[in-house]
Amino acid sequence: MAVLRFNQAINAALREEMARDQNVILAGEDIAAAGGSFGVTRGLLEEFGESRVIDTPISEGAIVGLAIGSAATGLRPVVEIMFIDFIGVCFDMLLNQAAKMRYMSGGNISLPLVIRTQAGAGYNAGPQHSQSLEAMLMHIPGLKVVMPSNPYDAKGLLKAAVRDDDPVLFIENKMLYGMKGEVPEAEYVIPLGTAKIVREGNDVTIVALGQMVNRAVRAAEELEAEGISAEVIDPRTVTPLDKECIWQSVVKTGRLVVVHEAVKTGGFGAELAAIVQEEVFDYLDAPIQRVAAPFTPVPYSKALEQYYLPNEESIIEAAKRICVGRPFGLRK
Amino acid sequence: MVKIRRFEERVAQLFAEGLIPGFLHLYIGQEAVAAGVCANLRKDDYITSTHRGHGHCIAKGADVNKMMAELFGKRTGYCKGKGGSMHVMDVELGILGANGIVGGGLPIAVGAALSAKLKGSGQVAVSFFGEGAAGTGYFHEALNMAAVLKLPVVFVCESNQYAEFTPRRTHLPVDTVAERSKAYGMEGYCVDGNNVVEVYETFAGIVENVRLDSRPVLVECFTNRWSGHYEGDPQRYRGKGESEEWQKQDPIAKLEQGLRGEYQVEPDELQQIRNFVESELDAAVSFAKESPLPRGEETLEDVYAW
Repeated sequence: MAVLRFNQAINAALREEMARDQNVILAGEDIAAAGGSFGVTRGLLEEFGESRVIDTPISEGAIVGLAIGSAATGLRPVVEIMFIDFIGVCFDMLLNQAAKMRYMSGGNISLPLVIRTQAGAGYNAGPQHSQSLEAMLMHIPGLKVVMPSNPYDAKGLLKAAVRDDDPVLFIENKMLYGMKGEVPEAEYVIPLGTAKIVREGNDVTIVALGQMVNRAVRAAEELEAEGISAEVIDPRTVTPLDKECIWQSVVKTGRLVVVHEAVKTGGFGAELAAIVQEEVFDYLDAPIQRVAAPFTPVPYSKALEQYYLPNEESIIEAAKRICVGRPFGLRK
Repeated sequence: MVKIRRFEERVAQLFAEGLIPGFLHLYIGQEAVAAGVCANLRKDDYITSTHRGHGHCIAKGADVNKMMAELFGKRTGYCKGKGGSMHVMDVELGILGANGIVGGGLPIAVGAALSAKLKGSGQVAVSFFGEGAAGTGYFHEALNMAAVLKLPVVFVCESNQYAEFTPRRTHLPVDTVAERSKAYGMEGYCVDGNNVVEVYETFAGIVENVRLDSRPVLVECFTNRWSGHYEGDPQRYRGKGESEEWQKQDPIAKLEQGLRGEYQVEPDELQQIRNFVESELDAAVSFAKESPLPRGEETLEDVYAW
């Protein structure tokens, strides 16, 4: 099995899907000749030509519009919004057009488009190049939102996104681009809406998104050493969300910690906590904990940004808060 | 043109009777633009329309039964009652949607043109928009994108003199929207949008060239909106006698005069057209009235594809 970096895994997914289906095209800023600002689309122009790998002006609204119009008329565009922070510029196209076209046409028009974008803090990129905005997107019916946490998943999920008939936001965490992992050359696709139990455990469920999954796993290892067995779940897609997998885990452990790097207020954690208490409240042995960023813009300075980002210590602390001093398995 | 006019007049009446809910933006007075442009289009050419979209859809061949049913919020409507007046779409006729967002259709037409170009299908995309939309960022992004990618799009600015309630002189710093074409390296034209023959003939050449050369063109059609921005708009912003002045330029009366004078068409023949339209619209209204409302739980369908 080949070992690929996260960005190479995405590149491989694009290459395979473009070779498989000639309706798949790419468009975005600097993606063709320059190969993308993180090297994700490198080599694809040479392989598929300028009619299928298109450099556009800096016009995010028109890029998403291009995706909508071409998807409605038979292509399967994968466009790039270089940083998720720029999504405000094209929000009308996302919110009022892409998300709603299937619905407001009564199901007559499908929009098989993917918007690849990059998000996350940790790069000292400052307040306008570091945000995590998945909660804003998951609030809009009609959009699917994917957040891979490793190269293997990135490839399999992107292939599923390209084949999906709905608009998909594919959010790549910039801190993961260099992450290496085993990625099979043989064809595989990870269906959207299937969570992954990254690590099994019995005492507490930790649900984490994107790069936080890897931090949650390391936190779980440390918790194990202290006698707390944590189950780590990566939803992989926040819309559609694999609620069943999370419920089953919470029923087993009785405890839930949700980890994301977006701000806590109105975030994925708030939504998940609400869903879990609605459905499996009776199995909870302790209050649900949210580990997330404080309600501030993402700061620039290393010292500030590290304070901002949730880390292994904050995850461990949250897990201990609901495990230590409370007997396990009260209602099991 | 007569079908568009009478569709709108009937819709206004049905709205007054409380049979059609929501917002209605009528196209009366602008019929020559939709008719003159769409008569040059193939069935598989694409259009994107505006919140004032009934005329464009009818001119592109939309079924008035399904349109009327949609306006009534019925299950048999184009969008199963989920879109309404502002979202009529028919992908088979290339109608990629009337659009509730001013300027929203422009970048979508660019995408449709990209798809036509890559398939080598010879299709063109036409984006209808008003001069109000020429103030949006999407207008500028779409024209620029279409020009650099050399796409077969005709941008049709339908200057009806008002951006919602605001007159043209207040929001437009240039004499014509068409002159902005220069800034994007494309050709621009102005047309009398109340003269359907002029619209038809101008667009015949333009559409053919766009089809052959795959390059965008901007055309501004000068016309006027007889109704308010929306049905029920008291139009306090309009000058006295202004509507009457424009109504002297009635595109339908103008065409009929031409047909009777130059082409010796008998009044009977024109009346036959009107009669045909009336019976077609009678049927549409009956269809809409008799169609079932959607069931409440249908609201959950068509959010995603499963």
